[in-house]
This record gives sequence, C-alpha cells and structure tokens, in this order.
Amino acid sequence: MSDLWRLTASETARGVRDRSLSAQDVTRAHLARIGSVEPAIDAFLQLLPERAMESARRVDDQVAAGHDPLPLAGVPVAIKDVLCMEGIPTTCGSRILEGYRPPFTATAVAALEAAGAVVVGKTNMDEFAMGSSTENGAYKKTRNPWDPGRVPGGSSGGSAAAVSAGMTPLALGTDTGGSIRQPAAFCGVVGLKPTYGRVSRYGLVAFASSLDQIGPLARTVEDVALAASVLCGADALDATSALQPVPDFVADLASGAKGLRVGVPWGFLEKGVDDDILARFRDALADIEALGARLVDVSLPHVHHAIATYYIVATAEASSNLARYDGVRYGFRASGARDLATMYGETRDRGFGAEVKRRIILGTFVLSSGYYDAYYLRAQKARTLIRRDFDRAFDSCDVVATPTAPSTAFRFGEKTGDPLQMYLADIFTVPANLAGIPGLSVPCGLAGGLPVGLQLLGRPFDEATLLRLGHAYERATPHHEAFPAL
Amino acid sequence: MPKVTVETVGRVAKLAHLSLTVEERATFARQLDEILAYAESIGSLDTEPVPPMSHAGMAERLREDAPRGGIPQKQVLASAPDPADRLFRVPRVIGG
Repeated sequence: MSDLWRLTASETARGVRDRSLSAQDVTRAHLARIGSVEPAIDAFLQLLPERAMESARRVDDQVAAGHDPLPLAGVPVAIKDVLCMEGIPTTCGSRILEGYRPPFTATAVAALEAAGAVVVGKTNMDEFAMGSSTENGAYKKTRNPWDPGRVPGGSSGGSAAAVSAGMTPLALGTDTGGSIRQPAAFCGVVGLKPTYGRVSRYGLVAFASSLDQIGPLARTVEDVALAASVLCGADALDATSALQPVPDFVADLASGAKGLRVGVPWGFLEKGVDDDILARFRDALADIEALGARLVDVSLPHVHHAIATYYIVATAEASSNLARYDGVRYGFRASGARDLATMYGETRDRGFGAEVKRRIILGTFVLSSGYYDAYYLRAQKARTLIRRDFDRAFDSCDVVATPTAPSTAFRFGEKTGDPLQMYLADIFTVPANLAGIPGLSVPCGLAGGLPVGLQLLGRPFDEATLLRLGHAYERATPHHEAFPAL
Repeated sequence: MPKVTVETVGRVAKLAHLSLTVEERATFARQLDEILAYAESIGSLDTEPVPPMSHAGMAERLREDAPRGGIPQKQVLASAPDPADRLFRVPRVIGG
C-alpha cells in the first residue's frame, strides 16, 4: 500500500504543486488508510470519499492548467462536525441536529477548499463541543490512537485522533476552553487556537460566542502555520472577525527561538499536575533554553479562578445560543406533542444529551434573576482580572509556557460521573480563551507511553511568535516524529 | 449562596424549555451545587472597581446597511421538520 498518508500537509502541497504527486493519488492513499484504521479509532461521523475524489480531481486539473498558488493543493483535511458545509449533514454530535443539511458553508472550510485542500469527512466531537473527552457525543466514542482504552481528549477528539492516526495530515477543530489544544496534547499532535477574532466563525455552530475560535490540528508546526495563513483574516460575514493584517506564518518560522523571553507561571503549576507531566515540561523548558530563549518567572495571580469563571461565562452564553434548537426550523422534532410549549420541551429533552442539559441549566441559573450579579457579573469581572494578568506577564516575556493538560489521556468513563473533575482537566487551556489570546500545543514527549503537550501562549494576534518557537523546538527534538502503533 | 434544590432546577429548566426527568433534576441539583460551591472562589475577589469583560477586546465595527442576497426560501425550508408551503408548521400555540 502507498505510504503517501505519511506525508505532512506541506510536503503534500509542495508535491502536488510541482506535479511530482497527484492530489487524486494522495486522496486515494488517505482513504485507504482511513479504511484500515478508522474501524479501530472511530474518528469520523461521516466520510465523503466521492466528494473528496472529485475535489482532488479538480485540484489536479487546476494545477495542470497553471492555476496556482494553491497553498494546500491536494491536502486531505478532516472537518469537525461543528462547521457547516452546504448540503452535507452537520450534527455537532447531537441528536437535535439529526437530518440537518446546512444551506451554507463555513468561511473557514471554504477558505481551505479554495486553497486546494480536499475535505475527506466530518469528525466526531463532544455534543455541541461541550466536553474534554469526546465521550459526550450522541453517536460514537472516538478512541485514542495511542491507547484504545483511553479518550482522545475533546471536544475536537475526532479531529485530533484522525491526524494522529495518519488518516489526514490536517484537520479543523474549535476551541472554546481548550478543545483544540487538549486533544492535540492527548493524541500527540500540534494544535493552534488562534486569537479571538482571528478566524471567521461564519458557519460555525456557536457554543460560547465570546470564547469560540476555529483552528488547525496537524502533525507539525509548519503544517499548522501553513493552514493558519489560509484560515486567518477578516470576513464580511463575521462581524467579530478581526481586521488585523495576517503575516506569512510559514516564512516567519525560520527566525528561530534566539532572544525570545519565555515566561513560566510556576505559581500556577504547583497543584494538581501529574509528576510525569511536570518532568516532561521541565525537559521542554531546558530544550527551549538551549535554543537561545531566556526563561523568566511570571505571575498570573488570578488564573486559578479561570475554571470557575469559564464555567459561568461559557454556560451562560451556551444557554442563550442553544435556545435556538426548538424543533421548528431544522433538525429533530419530538412528534405527537399537542401544543407548542410541550413540543419545545420534549424536543429539547430528547434531542440534547446530559452534559448539554447540565450546562444549559447552569447557564440559565447564573443568568437568572437574583443570581446574575453574584455569578455572571462577577465572573465577567474576574475575566478582566485574568486578562490583565496576561497583559502584565507579556510586559516581561514574549511567550508564556505551561503544560497543555495536567495529565495524559484518561480512561473512558474515568471522569464522566464527576463533571467538576472533567472541567478541571481544562485548567491550563481555559485562561487563553477568557483572555482572548492565542495558544499552541506541541508534543513534548511521552509519559507512560502516552503523549504530553507543551502549551505556548502569546500576545493577542502574535501567533507568529508561538509558531516560530514551536517550530524551533520541534526541529530540535524528535517528539513530533513519534507515531502511534496501529 | 443557597443550596441548589430539585425545585430550583425545575424552575430553571422551565425557563430553558427543558422538562427533565425526576432523576435528571436530582442529579443536576447535586452536581450544580458542587460546581457552584467550587465557583464560590470568585466571590473572594475584590471585583468592585473592575469593569466586566464581555468579550476579548474587539473594536465595535459596523458595516454598511446595504441589502445583500439571502438564502433561498426553498433551501431553508428543506431542513425543517415540518415545512408547509412557505411556512414552518408547529403544533397549536395556545391551549391543549
């Protein structure tokens, strides 16, 4: 069998553009790889083999006709099923969107396809992106390619597992509290949550609108940089997309780590982090220092309030965003109800899973009369304090480094009975969403045979520095070369 | 803060158009109580002089109020569970 599935996105695009590779051969190789490993992983909710071959043929034709640049020419990509594609079922991992075929395509997906990427399928996720393990999806559980008894992380667990298992070199995820970075860490791949507003969210099913961001997952920092260059930028269809200029992230990679100041918030890492995670983190810091970066101590005095703040802000926004699922305009409707109010209630009761209901209830509660000031308003103020912590930290450093998650991938069912324990798995990723800053997770070795992620956080709109440091670290270490035995 | 009771969950569920089973109400009451007890930590913060942050510092931006094409009605209705002619049909609104 062809080994084309081992190529990175950058290698594939280069090959297709100089016609040493055909997009159709590349796509066929990935579909074959999916055929052999997907039964053991269950990363996809839906495969689109015919559409993918048709896209690949079009890319080959375009390249043959001299239509370039196509920076992602022939690169197979997996799309988290929270992003709409016209005419293709989009479920968000929820029963309530069963049968929904969106009449539009998300700008992020359209941008990838316009750049020559080939969409091969829609990936599994926690229902409405609410979860840290991909166990909350209504349709299936995705297994971690490194250990089938463990979760791939979440909520973009399908995308992370697909990339980790070599089913695609690139995938899109979304990150509201860590949903790109944490599964990237658990599955041993690279994941970028761009700055809030960096990537258009038109066509993204909303969870928490002040936190959600779309970003790429891949096996190398270079591939993530390549995809980010295509994805970032203002969009007239999303009023929250930022007008900031987008640099050539790939060209910037060469500048290396020398002279960068890397802040380490040791006070934040004192409690609740597994020893072997801390050991890998310290190794990574030593490697970064050896690359010519300088380590500095920074303090983030309010970040230990991040989980509490996040679960108030995010659920409040979710309770409002999910009010639209009422069985009237799209998706599932409970049949047989005699009046409208009963139909709403039964549709939502049967359409939503337990975690989504729990968060709707929590969010409705913190917004309700008598509790708004004590919870929601106070959380919004705590959010300001957390943002200021980062502003101050970035006075003395260019990047803040932490582990991506406090543990490696956990076992199925290990945290499902205790929502609070599941929420605490996001402790290191949530602050970036609250502050609106970018975050990158890169593999930094194994602990007990499972991947560990190093998280790099940056100033707003300074993804370039994160990618540059991540790339230099990756060049100097072998961690990204590790492949799960499948 | 008062303990989250089964009744509180029931009242909130009604606001959220969820009915929930008796078991769900009991489980959510216990779990929400635990989550909110954890969230009490932000009560210790001196947030009096701090402005609330509703989003991550985006500048307000308005677009021209120019008409632009929408999605064809037929396409929108295609995903409706019970379309009728040019409408979304629903069960009766008032009374049972």
